[in-house]
Amino acid sequence: MLAAMSGGVDSAVAAARAAEAGHDVTGIHLALSRNPASYRSGARGCCTIEDSNDARRAADVIGIPFYVWDLSAEFHAEVVEDFMDSYAAGLTPNPCLRCNERIKFAAVLDRALALGFDAVATGHYAVLREGEDGLVQLHRSADAGKDQSYVLGVLDQSQLRHSLFPLGDTPKPLVREEAARRGLLVADKPDSHDICFVADGDNAGWLREKLGDRAPNTEGPIVDDATGEELGRHEGTYAYTIGQRRGLRLGRPAPDGKPRFVLDIEPVSGTVRVGPRERLAVEALTADRPRWCDAPLRPTAAGPAVLEGEDVTVQLRAHGAEHRARVLVTGDPEDPTSHVVEVELLEHASGIAPGQAVVVYAGTRVVGSATITSTRRVTAAETSKEAGA
Amino acid sequence: MSRAAVYLDHAATTPLSAVALEAMTAQLTQVGNASSLHASGRRARRVVEESRESIAASLGCRPGEVVLTSGGTEADNLAVKGAHRARVAADPQRRRLLVSAIEHHAVLDAAEHLAATGEADLELLPVDHDGRLDVGALRDALEREPGTVSLVSVMWANNEVGTVQPLEAVTALCAEHGVPVHSDAVQAVASLPVDFAALGLDALVVTGHKVGGPLGVGALVSRRDLPLTPLLHGGGQERDVRSGTLDTPAVAGFAAALAAAVAEREAHAAHLRALSARLVAGVRRAVPQAVLNGPAADSAERLPGVVHLSFPGCQGDSLLMLLDAAAVECSTGSACSAGVPQPSHVLLAMGRDEASAKSSLRLSLGRTSTEADVDAAVAALGPAVERALRATRRVAG
Repeated sequence: MLAAMSGGVDSAVAAARAAEAGHDVTGIHLALSRNPASYRSGARGCCTIEDSNDARRAADVIGIPFYVWDLSAEFHAEVVEDFMDSYAAGLTPNPCLRCNERIKFAAVLDRALALGFDAVATGHYAVLREGEDGLVQLHRSADAGKDQSYVLGVLDQSQLRHSLFPLGDTPKPLVREEAARRGLLVADKPDSHDICFVADGDNAGWLREKLGDRAPNTEGPIVDDATGEELGRHEGTYAYTIGQRRGLRLGRPAPDGKPRFVLDIEPVSGTVRVGPRERLAVEALTADRPRWCDAPLRPTAAGPAVLEGEDVTVQLRAHGAEHRARVLVTGDPEDPTSHVVEVELLEHASGIAPGQAVVVYAGTRVVGSATITSTRRVTAAETSKEAGA
Repeated sequence: MSRAAVYLDHAATTPLSAVALEAMTAQLTQVGNASSLHASGRRARRVVEESRESIAASLGCRPGEVVLTSGGTEADNLAVKGAHRARVAADPQRRRLLVSAIEHHAVLDAAEHLAATGEADLELLPVDHDGRLDVGALRDALEREPGTVSLVSVMWANNEVGTVQPLEAVTALCAEHGVPVHSDAVQAVASLPVDFAALGLDALVVTGHKVGGPLGVGALVSRRDLPLTPLLHGGGQERDVRSGTLDTPAVAGFAAALAAAVAEREAHAAHLRALSARLVAGVRRAVPQAVLNGPAADSAERLPGVVHLSFPGCQGDSLLMLLDAAAVECSTGSACSAGVPQPSHVLLAMGRDEASAKSSLRLSLGRTSTEADVDAAVAALGPAVERALRATRRVAG
């Protein structure tokens, strides 16, 4: 078994548990950048020399072989390029999902299987369980605060069958205690939060530097969504995301004195539309590129596939809230690439951006995921009704 | 881990020889700083100087030409930076540093550092498909403006592929123009005849742990008329060129190992040549598509103990991992910066593309290697290559 070791505490304990369970474990650190400094510097994230050394030391302590695999070319092509293209197109991508789908549980897993390994173990907080149908199900972790099933929602059966998440049943504080008990020096290492290849978490600055000629616009107007009035200028739509409030630098306050939020981004015309918080409320959304974890939801000749019930929810961002929902899958039954996921949000969501992933749950079980292409806002009449309620 | 590994990475480091161990243990319990003036100091000093004389005898130089260092990397840095800086200080016109493109990083990166700081104009000398210096290119570079060259550095034999360099041609050409020559002989010294004076070199580097001596000790041999600007300043040891208290046990072990290696050189080389031939023949049977890099297996232009192979369609680091799991230890032969495997600059200089450069393994034999080691490696290679090929195909598809 292969243990992907980022240099953090979670993957170190996951590898130790896999080894202790009697698996023949080999530790792998993924080098995602040829030149680590060009992606980010500092002690956090997964691309630094320090992290590679931390992973190596953890492997020493566990007593397993350790190697560094160079996935920099694959990571750049599949994750970084997609990240840049998405922002250039006015979308808000989640590179961690993309990395799980295309790198950790694809390029790495494929190579591992070919080299004779059976599975890849990671330090993700999620639970795998075999269903009555014999399929492997993905569930939320026991520690709801650390649950990472959202970023794993892109994995399909062929990937989950060869995955192992040894930390799914354990709360994070206990994992830190266990790391200390096992003599793993990473026990106190802070969690990583930012995007691993963007230095200092400065997304806009990173994109400005990297997009270059690919940026769809270098400046444009910020307009009031209701009146069409220009309120200010921006230096590139890619620096904005729907729901964003900070950094708009609008000269004038709104007439009612309330803060304004980004409502829409139009990369072609270079327009950023802003308005009050109420206008961010979303009641339905459409998503494409569905990926199903166990039994796929597929339309039939009789009509769309429907998933509904008390325990059906969707999650729209990492560590985001659950929203009760009704889920339809439409399209040509014969052609999975045509399948579209329609989500009716029984509990409205706010600040949802195209490009983000919608992950569908039935109780704690992850059904699958899809990439949001459009959202339907709650109408003004309903908004005022809600505000009054 | 209790396993009898098949160790085929002697070019990285080779086991301590019995004579070195004996010489070192005799010194490890003794007190005395070789720079001290009292009896204990004199005793240590005597051991160091006798070791220096022994090293000089082994390498065909005078004792006063031996500068003891912490190893090959420091010695190469001292040769390249020290000689270049001193030559530029004496004549600011001499800024051109001519270095073969396949040097060890200890030379190459030292030279690149001088270029990056604006101290040198670095020119990399090309090599042919087998990794042999293009002597014509050196001649052209020298003749262009001989008075502007500070130093020429060409290694004795390449550490990755094992190609022996045409050093006689190099020293002859440089002598015509009065340009000093440095050669890194770290890999050559135990298996090729190395004679500093006979070849007409100005600087030469050897290290302890490649010849059965301890880690952490090496030497720069440099002619007294080659000016050197020191890298380390301090107590003024080693004729003020390399300060620092000498490591008496390590120096004694190094000298003993080197003397033994030189004395046994011909038998040792024959032993390695026979094992290499067996290894290459075995690999050709097990993996017919494998490509031997560098000169032909039986060529005198190759280090007898280094077998460098490319396995088309495989990744070298996959092979290394699979062989390691089968208790066969070797190297991809490429430098590893930040833990990220880079394609070898040596293979790129030899005209290979990146994929081909990354498909390589270096198997290097040494004193303790046996026919059984070679056979075990061959037996492990076949299945490893099969799996590594599958991994490449799987990822590509």
